[in-house]
Amino acid sequence: MTTTVLEVENLKKHFPIRRGLLRKVVGQVKAVDGVSLSIRKGETLSLVGESGCGKTTVSRCIVRALTPTSGAVRFRVGAGPMVDVAQLTRRGLASFRPHMQMIFQDPFSSLNPRMMIGDIIAEPLLVNGIGDKGSRRARVEELLDLVKLPAAYRNRFPHAFSGGQRQRIGIARALALNPSLVVADEPVSALDVSVQAQIVNLMLELQQRLGLSYLFVAHDLSVVKHMSDRVAVMYVGRIVEEAATEDLFNTPRHPYTDALLSAVPKPDPRSRSKRVILKGEVADPAHPPPGCPFHPRCNYAIERCRTEMPKLQEIVPNHRVSCHRAHELKLAGVA
Amino acid sequence: MAEAQKPPAAEPILSVRDLEVHFAQDEGLVRAVDGASFDLHAGKILGIVGESGCGKSVTARAILQILDHPGRIVGGELWFDRPGHSCLDIARQDPRSATMVAIRGKEIALIFQEPMTSFSAHYTIGNQIGEVITVHDATAGKERARVRTLELLRLVGIPRPERRIDEYPFQLSGGLRQRAMIAMALACDPRILIADEPTTALDVTTQAQILDLLRALQRERGLSVLLITHDMGVIAEMADDVAVMYLGRVVERGPVDQIFHAPKHPYTRALLRSIPSTLAKPRSRLQTIEGSIPHPYNRPQGCPFHPRCSEKIAGRCDREMPRTVMLRAESAVSCFLYTSASISTEGRPAA
Amino acid sequence: MTRSGRQWWRLFRRASQKGAEAEDRIAVATQLQLTWWRFRKHKLAVMSLFVVILFYLVAVFADFLAYADPEASDARRGYIPPQSIHWFDSDGSFRPYVHGLLGVRDLRTFKLVYRVDESRKVYIQFFAEGYPYYLFGLFPTNRHLLGFDNSKPENGLFLLGTDVQGRDVWSRLMVATRVSLSIGLAGVTISLFLGVLFGGISGLYGGIIDTAIQRMIEIVRSIPTIPLWMGLAAALPNTWSSAQVYFAITIIISLIGWTDLARVVRGRFLSLREEDFVVAAELMGASRMRIIFRHMLPSFMSHVIAAISLALPAMIISETALSFLGLGLRPPAISWGILLQDAQNIQTLAVAPWLLVAAVPVIIVILAFNFLGDGLRDAADPYG
Repeated sequence: MTTTVLEVENLKKHFPIRRGLLRKVVGQVKAVDGVSLSIRKGETLSLVGESGCGKTTVSRCIVRALTPTSGAVRFRVGAGPMVDVAQLTRRGLASFRPHMQMIFQDPFSSLNPRMMIGDIIAEPLLVNGIGDKGSRRARVEELLDLVKLPAAYRNRFPHAFSGGQRQRIGIARALALNPSLVVADEPVSALDVSVQAQIVNLMLELQQRLGLSYLFVAHDLSVVKHMSDRVAVMYVGRIVEEAATEDLFNTPRHPYTDALLSAVPKPDPRSRSKRVILKGEVADPAHPPPGCPFHPRCNYAIERCRTEMPKLQEIVPNHRVSCHRAHELKLAGVA
Repeated sequence: MAEAQKPPAAEPILSVRDLEVHFAQDEGLVRAVDGASFDLHAGKILGIVGESGCGKSVTARAILQILDHPGRIVGGELWFDRPGHSCLDIARQDPRSATMVAIRGKEIALIFQEPMTSFSAHYTIGNQIGEVITVHDATAGKERARVRTLELLRLVGIPRPERRIDEYPFQLSGGLRQRAMIAMALACDPRILIADEPTTALDVTTQAQILDLLRALQRERGLSVLLITHDMGVIAEMADDVAVMYLGRVVERGPVDQIFHAPKHPYTRALLRSIPSTLAKPRSRLQTIEGSIPHPYNRPQGCPFHPRCSEKIAGRCDREMPRTVMLRAESAVSCFLYTSASISTEGRPAA
Repeated sequence: MTRSGRQWWRLFRRASQKGAEAEDRIAVATQLQLTWWRFRKHKLAVMSLFVVILFYLVAVFADFLAYADPEASDARRGYIPPQSIHWFDSDGSFRPYVHGLLGVRDLRTFKLVYRVDESRKVYIQFFAEGYPYYLFGLFPTNRHLLGFDNSKPENGLFLLGTDVQGRDVWSRLMVATRVSLSIGLAGVTISLFLGVLFGGISGLYGGIIDTAIQRMIEIVRSIPTIPLWMGLAAALPNTWSSAQVYFAITIIISLIGWTDLARVVRGRFLSLREEDFVVAAELMGASRMRIIFRHMLPSFMSHVIAAISLALPAMIISETALSFLGLGLRPPAISWGILLQDAQNIQTLAVAPWLLVAAVPVIIVILAFNFLGDGLRDAADPYG
């Protein structure tokens, strides 16, 4: 049984809405409203959803770029115990930071344009007082080699690189401190298809070589299929379904997952099947509908869905769904 | 009905031949489009697909003569079979001429990727759509424009159009804005609709709605659509014909089924293999294309794809530019692996 | 030369090569180099840069360029019009000279009238001896760029004429340039300090501190400037020396100017805080100091420099206006504003229009700084 590296319990992040001269709080945007998940060593969990679902906020709460409003984020360093980092102060976090790193979505703003990439990659080592100049340089070369960039590029500046190459540099920087958990926030969304393929392969390879765990945040379900062991689908701040990849894609049990899967355009003109077209727009996290937030768009909604929020329950072993009708719906998957 | 006005199916409504668009930057010359040829037939959807730097957006802008400075059309022809007029070569027109002004928005319309920046933030939706109507139809007054705008908003599926017509773009969600953009494009009943990455900035469920809408509108009105995107899935769902572009050239074109199931050009084949799919096995690797897209100031000699091509012919592909070879009525490929004489019935190159 | 300096020079000389080398050249160029290359394309801005440098050179070499003691007055030489220089002597050789002047009392008006006395030539000497001064404030010397044989009292060189007290306008203009331009610099330094301090605190900490500082800035900005200056200037004791007054005026001017800079700095800090590379630095455990100085500061220095180059002309105009109104520097200090004081009177202007010449450098320098600032801003942030 592989060890759990990350355990998130009932994570909530609310942003206050302020109005008026004195900026009184008039409401809350419940960006994340009770998310629980776990990741084991060497495993990839993907968090998918559309805009406003809160997946990016979850990822930032986990690495503590944001402070959660409530809930626990338990993290294990090596063979140690699980420690809740959710409310740790800056000083308390210092010993955890090296072990959980992030890869960002936008390759054009994730690197400081005024630093040479050799310095960018070495910065985590410098800041944590690891090694001397010589050993840091060697490590930078090692990392550049890991991400398949020539060591000679050390002296170049970010503007000299394409989007794909910048993502590689970002990955090298994230790996400098040998983290056990890497949170990847839409790392390939801004890249061309052929470049995306290279980065996906690179991430898979690095995971195998280094035993990394990934939290992979994405909106592109095809990429998610290639990357993940497990997938969690989010809608308006909550997880609506979570399962092993094949299970989720072949036998989804939540109508939203079904619609998402069916909406992905298949690259085969011979399979232009009838798709599930949802009514309406993605819900606004500042004003979520009452009851199940998906009910206004759901083709299967019943009276209960309008009033009562469904709980995330394990319907089938290792497959959790948050839907009142999960046990009775027969939904098509991608197969 | 639009059907009755369709030109004879044999002739394309838009015919691009050897288009060349250059940008003279301080750092060098960028050949954004370096010999692109394709046909758009009436009532059909042509998908133009390619990655960054392939020149697909520049081609769209060239067709409407709205190239950003310092872009210029330096060669080629853009034949437009104008309804009610004779064939016109858009490439020869002055961007500011009365002819182009009449064509833009009225006979050829364009929808952009980012509706937030293509709508002015200072005027209501109704105002902006109405403006398109009154600019192109001198007899239309404000009242008539408003009535027509309401019709259009209803047509594109915007709920409660009487309320939305007086709202500003920022008050609408991404999906609604894109629908409003489509309404604006259809305001003057154009013959050709150019859609430049119309769903790239949208969520996938919204994308499904918009694509559905586009297909329905296209069928109802007999529109000819030039759909530009980098997403092969969207192409497979929507297009009748496809043109694949790389570094400013059309490397292959043909019916959509042929492109996906019998691709000829090494780039098309490699691109299709590198697409992730929801049917793949979890944690399976993707097949990549070696190398990366060259820097625009550093174009390879000869065939633009040869440095990354696994099937290149040394001595030929790195020296000369391959000419376009017609394979069948509507398909062509630009690669030395194919010469007119050596095509077998399946379209694979002779050994 | 530093490594980056050598690199820059090498790249600059290979500027005409294309292709892979162009790619390489651009790849190792620092942000500073890229900014400079973009700046170079604005011909107007580059010209303005030279103009500004020229003016500051004048400021440094002010005494050298003057030839008459700016404070020496001689009432008999009042309102002499500018003399025209004759470049070539009657025999065709290059020996510039001006004509001597003969003062004659007009018997009807009893006014002293000067007529050009073509019989006398006063030859202009180069690197001549003149009044003593300290070059750069350190080296005592009495050499000046121009001079003349001043053995005879009727000889005089007045390239731009004299004012009512007989002081040579050209020499006073040179010295005034130094004073006016340096007040601008001193004022901007103080503004920079205050602006970065308050803007930085505001942007970094946010919340109540930010709100408090912003409201304070708004209050400061809403005070009408001229009455404020008048009040502050009037509060300066009469007994203060010109140096003290100079210092006080600098502080007064910069007390208003810092608010613009503070807002620019705050805005940049706020947007930089959300940048992914700053978040990445936080996530790797970088100290707050490092994040500010290594990641955030360099990113907005270019904006600050552009803001400064636009704040400087505002300072110069402020000083000129204050002194012109008599609220700023006081004689015997010399600045453009003080020179223009003489031009306040219409009747004076009718008699001696050359007294307005001090307005010309003001206009040129303000325009130059504005074009320079625009060019710098465009080069630093072409997408902004």
